[in-house]
Amino acid sequence: MLDKKDLLGIKELSVENINSILDTAAGFKDVLGRDIKKVPTLRGKTAVNLFFEPSTRTRTSFELAAKRLSTDVINFSVPTSSVVKGESLIDTALTVQALGADFIIIRHSSAGVPHLLAKKLRASVINAGDGTNEHPTQALLDAFTIREKKGRIEGLDIALVGDIIHSRVAKSNIYGLTKLGAKVRLIGPPTLIPREMEDIGVVVFHSIEEGLKDVDVVMMLRIQMERQGKGFFPSTEEYSKNWGLTPERLLLAKDDAIVMHPGPMNRGIEISSEIADGPKSVILEQVTNGLAVRMAVMYLLAGVRK
Amino acid sequence: MTILIQKGHIIDPSRGIDGIGDVLIENGKIKEVRIQNTEYRSQKSNPPLPPFSKGGRGGITNSELKTINAEGMFVIPGLIDMHVHLREPGFEYKETIKTGTAAAIRGGFTTVSCMPNTFPINDNASVTEFIIRKSLDGLCTVLPIGAITKGQKGKELVEMGTMKDEGCIAFSDDGLPVMNSLIMRRALEYSKAFGLPIISHCEDLTLSEDGVMSEGLLSMTLGLRGIPAEAEQIMVFRDILLAELTRGKLHIAHVSTEGSVKLIRDAKRRGVNVTAETCPHYFSLTEDAVRNYDTNAKVNPPLRTKKDIEAIKEGLKDGTIDVIATDHAPHHRDEKLREFDLAPSGISGLETALGLSMKLVDEGVLTINQLAEKMSLNPARILGLLTPHLSSLITGPKGTLAVGSDADITILDTEKEVTVEASKFVSKGKNTPFDGWVLKGVSLITISKGRIHEWQ
Repeated sequence: MLDKKDLLGIKELSVENINSILDTAAGFKDVLGRDIKKVPTLRGKTAVNLFFEPSTRTRTSFELAAKRLSTDVINFSVPTSSVVKGESLIDTALTVQALGADFIIIRHSSAGVPHLLAKKLRASVINAGDGTNEHPTQALLDAFTIREKKGRIEGLDIALVGDIIHSRVAKSNIYGLTKLGAKVRLIGPPTLIPREMEDIGVVVFHSIEEGLKDVDVVMMLRIQMERQGKGFFPSTEEYSKNWGLTPERLLLAKDDAIVMHPGPMNRGIEISSEIADGPKSVILEQVTNGLAVRMAVMYLLAGVRK
Repeated sequence: MTILIQKGHIIDPSRGIDGIGDVLIENGKIKEVRIQNTEYRSQKSNPPLPPFSKGGRGGITNSELKTINAEGMFVIPGLIDMHVHLREPGFEYKETIKTGTAAAIRGGFTTVSCMPNTFPINDNASVTEFIIRKSLDGLCTVLPIGAITKGQKGKELVEMGTMKDEGCIAFSDDGLPVMNSLIMRRALEYSKAFGLPIISHCEDLTLSEDGVMSEGLLSMTLGLRGIPAEAEQIMVFRDILLAELTRGKLHIAHVSTEGSVKLIRDAKRRGVNVTAETCPHYFSLTEDAVRNYDTNAKVNPPLRTKKDIEAIKEGLKDGTIDVIATDHAPHHRDEKLREFDLAPSGISGLETALGLSMKLVDEGVLTINQLAEKMSLNPARILGLLTPHLSSLITGPKGTLAVGSDADITILDTEKEVTVEASKFVSKGKNTPFDGWVLKGVSLITISKGRIHEWQ
């Protein structure tokens, strides 16, 4: 069960909340395996994808998840620039609510926007990524995938590799996996790992060889090309040479280790194609699980609002 | 008009006055201050003072005498806020000189110095002249601060001499600090010709980049870009070194970090001509105030940590920090009700500054004498207001109750409790993180420009 009308971040969730979402998602995953993949559970509800940042996969996943629950979906994409000039964020959100939205799924480049809207709206606000703060449904689907593959999360050694400092996916995963009892390690250049990370109980490695030793899960993060030349790392070539995941490096992990990536991938930069397409990769299953987890989130939030 | 303030506890650090007595005001000037003999203090009731002389030049007749009973209250020189944003010209929807000076009076301030980041920017004498002309109708005295460089662009110095003639009393590029060290050196040198201070908002813009709060665990947790304390300290140190090199007159605005306090303390020990201010929010709130993405607590420099607050209090106590200013930065409600990243920085501070500063007196950090120094005497000294000004715009000495000074007086009750209600601010800017706080020590009577403003 959930106890709040909104899903703002993993920080705000209890272990019970997380487990409840994952358990519910397991049920919906069964539905997705059926011939008829749709249930009438949330018929008559309306979800609005309010995306202030470009996104294809997350938006599509939410859209399909809503449709599988028989919820009507509207996509409302607003380039941030036009909002800066014109209508305020809150006016936009209130307009969407006035159209009858029960769920407002929001992505925005500024941290805290879902929190601001949650205070102003009656609708359930679902954070689909806010700045460098959180991306909770991604962390939930990652936890779901790990649990499915490994049977547990507690006690696992999980390495997150890459751009931690700018990654809301990394943040949500760190909070979630730590809450669920995993031992989290971060691997990457010092410029891409906030120095406060060690204060919250994760171990930081700057050498990928040291960091990957005996891990159960390797979670790769996307390297954003625009960080290049801004002082975070000199070139993608140098990054790839030092922190890219190659088959040789993956041998350092446990034999049954799995490899994850939230996508979209830069093949040949943070991850080699052999791994992405190889037997240890669960990358496409993550995408499928995303649907089940997002269905579970909407279902449980609808229960809170009832 | 003649005003007689009776039986107040008079504090005038400029002359070491601290006692019960009367103040006589005539034609907008301090005519006389009388303190009872110290032996009266130990007695339960204060015997009346002998009457002021009647008749003759400046004598009192009952018809034109206004008497204020200040028993149980402190009577101090009118507060001077050397760092405010009045927003006019250009941003009248945020504040006007009229509303800003009214807010000042409500907060106990009789003089404010306004920063140049208006539109157009106060980087030439005609804008200065406009502000001065507008301020004639304002309830308190307004002393404009000119930009250091044209357009606050950090490249070419403004015409400091001409702007001084129009009424500028200091120069600052405030929120857009002069990053070029050579230009800053020239500013500190050139301004010496006119005896006016350079006020520096210390921020290494290349290091703070687009940060919106203090850097640390909390900024990481909130996913907000952080500004390290070093962004301030690097510039504090640079400007101290440049002041040392040039022997110019440097005033450091809104000190927010422990490191800055240390740098300024060391500089003062070496004899560098540097003064410094902090603001009430830097000793009242930590970064925790932005935890819920509360844009009313978004301010630049950002709110810091407990350790910084302690260092700032220590700096106020030992004299490292000379001044408490507000950095009054009113914004429209709509501007603050938005994404944290995009909301403008600033706190509407004029109406809470005295109450928040009085907490320092309550906590024993400052004496009431020191408070009067930080909020009146020291800013007057730094801005050159203690002596009659060359400019005809500043009529007389301020920051003191010396005979012949402007009758700028703040009368406050240190026991009365008041709950801050942002919606009732006189300022157009209701942006405060202190809404609902209970403060003690509010201005009950502010006398400025010969007018008495009174509240219950």
